[in-house]
Amino acid sequence: MSMQKQQQQPQTTGHVWDGDLQEYNNPLPNWWLIGFYLTVIFAIGYWFLYPAWPIAGTYTKGFATIRYTNDKGVTKTVHWNSRALLMEETNAAVAKQKPYYDKIGSMTPEQIAKDPDLNSFVISAGKSLFSDNCAACHQQGGVGKMGFAPNLTDDDWLYGGHFDQIQQTITLGRHGYMPPFRGVLNDQQMTELADYVLSFTKVPVNPESAKAGDALFHSETAACYYCHGANAKGRTVIGSANLTDNIWLWANVPAAKTVADKEDAIKHVITNGLHKGVMPTWGGRLSADQIKLLTVYVHDLGGGQ
Amino acid sequence: MFKHEWLETNIGLLTVATMLAISIGGLVEIAPLFFIKGTVEKVDGVRPYTPLELRGRDIYQREGCYLCHSQMIRPFRDEALRYGHYSLAAESQYDHPFQWGSKRTGPDLARVGKKYSNEWMVQHLVAPRSLVPQSVMPNFPWLLTNQLDYSDIQDRMKALRLAGVPYSLNKAEYDANVKKFGAATAKMLDITHARQNLIAQAQENNYDGDRSGISEMDALVAYLQVLGTMVDFSKYDDDAFVKYR
Repeated sequence: MSMQKQQQQPQTTGHVWDGDLQEYNNPLPNWWLIGFYLTVIFAIGYWFLYPAWPIAGTYTKGFATIRYTNDKGVTKTVHWNSRALLMEETNAAVAKQKPYYDKIGSMTPEQIAKDPDLNSFVISAGKSLFSDNCAACHQQGGVGKMGFAPNLTDDDWLYGGHFDQIQQTITLGRHGYMPPFRGVLNDQQMTELADYVLSFTKVPVNPESAKAGDALFHSETAACYYCHGANAKGRTVIGSANLTDNIWLWANVPAAKTVADKEDAIKHVITNGLHKGVMPTWGGRLSADQIKLLTVYVHDLGGGQ
Repeated sequence: MFKHEWLETNIGLLTVATMLAISIGGLVEIAPLFFIKGTVEKVDGVRPYTPLELRGRDIYQREGCYLCHSQMIRPFRDEALRYGHYSLAAESQYDHPFQWGSKRTGPDLARVGKKYSNEWMVQHLVAPRSLVPQSVMPNFPWLLTNQLDYSDIQDRMKALRLAGVPYSLNKAEYDANVKKFGAATAKMLDITHARQNLIAQAQENNYDGDRSGISEMDALVAYLQVLGTMVDFSKYDDDAFVKYR
């Protein structure tokens, strides 16, 4: 700063408070003032282009327009507004993806999975759809959550791992159910059943008990075979679990250290039954093509049949 | 001396004048919306909350969910892809206060209804990180153990009725609701049967997976599961709501 400027007597408001407090009265810099007036002029231009002033139950719509085509194929030109802008932007994005979705719409999931051209599209679009909608329960990558949602990367499927079965599961949702056997079976019977189930996976259980469990499993008393099948491998039609493959969802057998703990984990499920394992319906939330794409993605996660 | 000395040296006048000046923005931007036809879209399906959902909304407010979760999907493509159809003004017409929010630490909840199962909601509210490892949401375990206090449910509905929500207190209002929302919904909006309706909905749906009582979790999950589900957008063209703007 030059000496001259410092020596200049600053202009004050002429008012003195408390004997020595004064207030400067510097004019606003010109660049600031010009900027201010420019924004005023800009605002006037804005009023003419975009919806702005309310007048008697409506408002000035502005001269800017947007042209879009709706899902009925009708092309409309309307005054600029954010909802029409969304239509325009969505249409542009849909047009870019159209070659892919046209193919997806006309092909079966089996064909999509085999089409090398669609592969990267299915993986990238499927991944974002899965993260948004499925990962909350099935977790990132579809590894599932013990006691909550099944692992999608193994080849064990409650409701079936074929394309059409996965597609149906996503579209309609699922609801797991097993009746509680509290009061129907006594503690010893439940232990026998647990031992029978554990015997499939080479857990060192009492063979006598497992044999009794085998008989009980196939008896009319417990009637486990109704749902889990005579071979205990489950039935995909009703979503009953395969009990022979050492893959667990509701009874946390892998975490149990001792045989007794493993038995208890299974007995807990038999005692209380299951009224959970609810998967929401996605048919209304996702489009048929999105579900088809997700079907291929889930099938490809690892265990598709 | 300045022209505005009279204003700046008169503190009472300055306070009034300041309030007038800063309210101009609100008056110009908000007030006209109450008079512009089409601000609230004409759309089928939007109804006031049932007694149980209403208590859930109260708990949503008590716990301050709105501080991290908005309920307002804006008409942007990224939001449409993630959350669904943009929110309509009509969908908030019975919300007093509205829950649009202004901060998204967590995701928008305007259409979270039916996206997850009840058991997911319960598990996630009690221990969010057990399902979403990267979540920063607090645990709300007391929702499951606190029994829901619905002794004042009728007063709460009466208060909203004063604010213009069509909960019915007499035969004429009930009949009007039957006409507007159908018999099943009208029954739920009847203040005189609020308690029975609340208990019945909680028992029928058993949101928290525990039939021994009605917990605050029952109410909150009932509320969350209805968010954004009232309007069936498949009945409308995808540009049906453009004309309102």
